[in-house]
Amino acid sequence: MTAQPLLVIDDLHKKFQALEILKGVSLSVAKGEVVSIIGSSGSGKTTLLRCVNLLEDYHRGSIRIDGTEVGYQGTGEQRRRLRESEIARHRAMTGMAFQQFNLFPHMTALQNVTLGLIKVKGLAKEEAIGIGRKWLDRVGLLERSGHYPGQLSGGQQQRVAIARAIAMSPKLMLFDEVTSALDPELVNEVLNVIRDLAKDGMTMLLVTHEMRFAYELSDRIVFMQQGAIAEDGPPAELFHRPKSERLAEFLKSSKF
Amino acid sequence: MDLGYFFSDLWISRWAILHGLGLTIVISVLAILLGTLLGIVVGLCLSYGHWSLRWLVRIYTDFLRGTPVFVLILACFYILSVIGIQLTPFQAGVFALTLFCSSHVGEILRGALQALPRGQIEAAKAIGLTFRQAFIYVLLPQALRQILPTWVNTAVEMVKASTLLSIIGVVELLLATQQIIARDYLSLQFYFFAGFLYFLLNFAIEKLGRLAEKKVIYHV
Repeated sequence: MTAQPLLVIDDLHKKFQALEILKGVSLSVAKGEVVSIIGSSGSGKTTLLRCVNLLEDYHRGSIRIDGTEVGYQGTGEQRRRLRESEIARHRAMTGMAFQQFNLFPHMTALQNVTLGLIKVKGLAKEEAIGIGRKWLDRVGLLERSGHYPGQLSGGQQQRVAIARAIAMSPKLMLFDEVTSALDPELVNEVLNVIRDLAKDGMTMLLVTHEMRFAYELSDRIVFMQQGAIAEDGPPAELFHRPKSERLAEFLKSSKF
Repeated sequence: MDLGYFFSDLWISRWAILHGLGLTIVISVLAILLGTLLGIVVGLCLSYGHWSLRWLVRIYTDFLRGTPVFVLILACFYILSVIGIQLTPFQAGVFALTLFCSSHVGEILRGALQALPRGQIEAAKAIGLTFRQAFIYVLLPQALRQILPTWVNTAVEMVKASTLLSIIGVVELLLATQQIIARDYLSLQFYFFAGFLYFLLNFAIEKLGRLAEKKVIYHV
């Protein structure tokens, strides 16, 4: 990858009270790159993703998206978290899909997708509906656009949630264990949607337990261990020639 | 019991009763509407306010909910006039009921808001909504649906509480009825009739509530 990085995370530290969750994480993702973060639970991978989307604060380090430092202003003593409205603007650069889908239950699939387009992007309703229908079609759910989340299967809900995020045309998509809450037979329909987006050149950062999927799809794999990046490299290298004992063990236990 | 006499007197008093009924409806509707609007603000403060604001509003709701409505009405009428705010009995009564309603709506709304999954606000933020937008479009609509059955109960309570305005001289349905009874001594018949009207009013509210519940329900 020679393109300049779209996402640059530099020396990120995060604490929950005395517990240090992230101990100086640095990671950069190039435009169009697909990077998967793997690691055992508690390794800090979900927290890292949530920091990128500014759902968590962090007490040291910086995150730059497309050249813009997000979430904070100033350094040292002057460092302060930005105001809510500025955070919201920065957040719009990234899209996020969650483990629990988190669709809005009082809105139809289409309304879920168009809410952000209308309220954040300020599009006219007709235009938003056009974009919303396009993305619902893309995830194969156009004929379900009038359904409420409660009327959809888990896999369908997650596809709507992905459409909701991607419709905002983010520069970077974040996927936080999007298949972990799904029945095994529904996992593939969601993974196919992600594969499809990757083909489009969407820059993606994924946290996943689907090792086979991560191996096939990713340009790079990052292995996290106890709040730090232990290994970082192309899938073939990490999966077939793990440098550390820990990664070898992790891969064995995750039945790759 | 001479029902013929009752009916003829009922006919003579029809305008007084209708006027009282109308006033009861106006008082109740005003108190419920204003109380609910204020209650939404109270619930918002209790759920998401700065701790100092939460603490203040907590005192407000606990104080109001722990005070008999009767006392609240007297206080709004007499105490406010002592400190120079001269309200008419109607204004003071509606004011008291509004405060009372707001504390109840605020409290049940707080419960509903806090019961919403964290993922809802996070998903709203993730698509770039500000907190204000997330509250208006995502959190509040869900919480309001949740509290609808309890809210209908509160509305019924407000209609019943409106009778208490009679003690400060608001000629709502109860006082209108008492004035008729003072003239013709048909206490049993007219009280029964007033009770029947209150029942009809609350029955209508319950029915409307059910209808609204069916309308706004979504499949969970």
